[in-house]
Amino acid sequence: MSDLQAFQAETRAWLKENCPASLLGAGGGGLVGTWGGRKWQPENEDQRVWLERAAEKGFTAPTWPTDVGGGGLSKAEAKILAQEMRALGVPPPLIGFGLTMIGPTLLQYGSEEQKQEHLPKIVRGEIRWCQGYSEPGAGSDLAGLQMRAEDKGDHYIVNGTKVWTSYADEADWIFALVRTDPKAKKQEGITFLLIDMETPGVSVSPILLISGSSPFCETHFQDVKALKSNVIFKEHAGWTVAKALLGHERSMVAEAFGGGSRRSLADRARAYLPGATADGPLPDGGLRRDIASFEMEARAFGLTMQRSRDAAKAGQQPGAESSIFKIVGTELNQRRQELLLHIAGPQALGWEGEGFADGELATTRDWLRSRGNTIEGGTSEVQRNIIAKRVLGLPD
Amino acid sequence: MELILTEDQELIAKTAVDFVGERSPIARMRALRDDGDPAGFSRELWKEMADLGWVGIPFAEVHGGADLGLAELTVVIEALGRGLAPEPFLSTVLLAGQLLQRSGDDAACARWLPGVCAGDTILALAYQGVTSRYDAFSPSVVATASGDGFRLAGQAIQVLDGHVADALIVSARTSGEQGEASGLSLFVVPKDASGLEIVRQSRVDGRNAALVQLDDVAVSAADALAGVDGGGPLLQQTIDRATIGLCAEMLGGMQQAFELTLEHMKTREQFDTVIGTFQALKHRAADLFIEIELAKSVVMAAARAADEAGADPGELARHVSVAKAHCSEAYVHITNEAVQMFGGVGMTDEYDIGFYMKRARAAELTFGDAAFHRDRWAALGGY
Repeated sequence: MSDLQAFQAETRAWLKENCPASLLGAGGGGLVGTWGGRKWQPENEDQRVWLERAAEKGFTAPTWPTDVGGGGLSKAEAKILAQEMRALGVPPPLIGFGLTMIGPTLLQYGSEEQKQEHLPKIVRGEIRWCQGYSEPGAGSDLAGLQMRAEDKGDHYIVNGTKVWTSYADEADWIFALVRTDPKAKKQEGITFLLIDMETPGVSVSPILLISGSSPFCETHFQDVKALKSNVIFKEHAGWTVAKALLGHERSMVAEAFGGGSRRSLADRARAYLPGATADGPLPDGGLRRDIASFEMEARAFGLTMQRSRDAAKAGQQPGAESSIFKIVGTELNQRRQELLLHIAGPQALGWEGEGFADGELATTRDWLRSRGNTIEGGTSEVQRNIIAKRVLGLPD
Repeated sequence: MELILTEDQELIAKTAVDFVGERSPIARMRALRDDGDPAGFSRELWKEMADLGWVGIPFAEVHGGADLGLAELTVVIEALGRGLAPEPFLSTVLLAGQLLQRSGDDAACARWLPGVCAGDTILALAYQGVTSRYDAFSPSVVATASGDGFRLAGQAIQVLDGHVADALIVSARTSGEQGEASGLSLFVVPKDASGLEIVRQSRVDGRNAALVQLDDVAVSAADALAGVDGGGPLLQQTIDRATIGLCAEMLGGMQQAFELTLEHMKTREQFDTVIGTFQALKHRAADLFIEIELAKSVVMAAARAADEAGADPGELARHVSVAKAHCSEAYVHITNEAVQMFGGVGMTDEYDIGFYMKRARAAELTFGDAAFHRDRWAALGGY
C-alpha cells in the first residue's frame, strides 16, 4: 500500500469515527457553514463537537503548518481529505475569511509572533475575521483610501470608515488598509493593520441590499487605538500585502462561482416548460440553446482552471490567471442566475409568502445577489485594466 | 488527463513555431494566391514537413509514421495556423489519412499511408453535397449495386485538396435513408478512375478545394473501408478528430491575428497618442485575450481526450463540440475586432489581417459552427 493509500484509509476511518452522524450530508461550502468566532452560536451540539475534533486534528486548515495548528498535509493529501469528505458527505468543520484570506496572507507576510498569535485561533474557529478595504470614496480606485492611522509612538490612532465589510457585525477582528503617510504617492503611504473589533470607537451598521439581505456593513472608526505590533509586513508597505490578499480573494470568488454539481438546468427547465417530455428536446429552442451555450462556456472555464492548476503542479510560474478567473467566473455565475430566472419565468418574481416555492424565492434573491459578483473583489473593469496593462503591455 | 505540454511536446511546438517564423510567414500564402499557383501549396515544404516527422505523427510506425497522437499533431498545426499555411494536413492527415488508419483495413493502409508519411501522396475526403450542410450522413453521392461492386454517381463539394489528390475517399449512400449512420459506405477511388471529374474551386480564404463529379464510377465492395454500409460511425469519429485539428489551426490563427492587433494598438497614433491608451480598446483587447486563454484549454483537453485509449465516444464528442463552438466564435470575434481596430487599412488587401478574417469564417463554417455544436451538445445531454 502506498503512503497516499494508507493516508486515505486512515483519513476515512478517522472521519467516520469523528464526524457526528447527524451532520452527514448536511452540505455546506462556499458561504454556507460554520463561521466560528466569539459570537458564534452553534445550531446544535454536534456542530460544536465536529469543529473541536477537526481543529484538534488540524483538519480545519489542512495544509497549514502543524506549529500553528494546521494539519501539515501535502497538497496531494489535502486533495484526498477533500475527496473523502465529499464521498462521506462530511461538511466542512469551519469556513470563513480567516481560513481563505488573512490566514494565507499571514503565512506569507506575517512575523513569527503574529502567526503564533492569530493562526491557531483561526484554526480553532475562536476568532472570526472581516476585511476592511473599500471606503465610501475608494472603490475601484482602492489605493485612494483615506482612513487615517496617526503615528503615536507604539500605536496608531485610527479614524475613518470602511464599507462593504462582509459580516463585520459578526466579526471579532478586522484586517484593514489604513493611510499612515498622507504625503507619499498613494500606493506608498498605506499600511496593512489588524484591529480588534472590540476596541472602543469601532461601530458597525449593516447595509440593506436589493436582494433583501445584509451581508455587508459600514464600519466606523473613531479615535481607535491600534498597536503597531499588529502591522503586517512593514509600515507603508501595505499595498504589497493587499495585492497578495486580493489574489487569494479572487481565486476564492472565482472558485465559488465557477461550477459545482447541481441539478441540471435542462431538468429544471422541463419542470416549467409546457409540453416538455421526460427525455425529449426542450420545447423552447432558444432556451435550450442558451442552456447549452452556458454549460459549454462553463466547461471551457473549468478546463482553464484545471490547466492553470496543472501548470502550477508542474512548477511553472502562474500567469495572470487569477484576474481572468475573476472576470469569467463571476460573469458565468451571472449568466447562470439569469438562465434560472428565464427557466422559472413568472415564478421567478416572488419576494416572499404564498404561491412561490422556496427554491423559486431563492432564485430571485440569488439573481439579485449575483449582480454584485462583478463589482466585489475588484470590478470586472478593473480586472480588464489589469490584463491590458500587465499581460498585454498596453500603455497608460 | 493533464492539461500541460510534456517536454517532448514543448520541443515539437518550439520547432514548429520557429519553422513557421522562418519558412512559412503569411507572405508565402499571399504569394501562392497572387501567383495563381496551380497546386495552391508548396510540395517542397510539404516534403520538408514530412521529413521533420510531422506528416506521419498519427500513423503507425509500420507505415513510416511516429505512432503519436493528436496532442502532438495539434501543436504543429497550431503553429502552422499562425502563418495560414495551406499545406494539406486537414485533407491528407486528419481526414483521409486518419480514416484509413482507423478503418483497420491493412491492405488499404499499406497501399496509401507510406506515401502519405513520406510526403509524396496527397489524399482527400469527398463527403459533403450542396444540401448536406454539417450532416456527415447525407452525402450527395449514391452507390448502385452492379455485379459484385457498385457504381457511384453524384457530386461532392469543397473537397479539400481534391484537385491535387492521388486518391479520394468518397462517402456514398449504399442503403438506408439520408441522415442515418447505417447504409453509408466509404470507397477509395484513385484520381484516374473512369467517370471521375475534379474541378478546382475558388474560396474566400484561398484554401484549396475542389468540386468532384462522379458519373458511373466503378468501385468494388473490397474498396469500402469498414465494409459496405458500415462507414457512418467511422466517418463521424474521423470528422470529430479532424475538428480538433482544425480547432488547433484556429487557435494559432487567432493568436497571430491578436498579436498583430496589439502591435498596431501600440504603434498607431491618433489624437496625439497611441490608440492602445484608449480604455474602450483596452477592455476589448482584454476580452479577446480571455477568449484565447479559454481556447487554449479546450483544444488541449479535446486532443488529450481523443488520445485516451477507450475514450467514451459521447464524452469525446462533447469535448469536440465545446472546442469547435468556442474556437469558431473566438476566431471570428477576434478577427472582426482586429479589422475594426486596424481601421481603414484593415480593409485593404495590402494588410495581412484580412486574410485571418477570411480564414476565420471558412474555419467557422467547416465541421459545424457554434450553433450546430450547441445543438449537438444539447442532444448529447438528452435535452
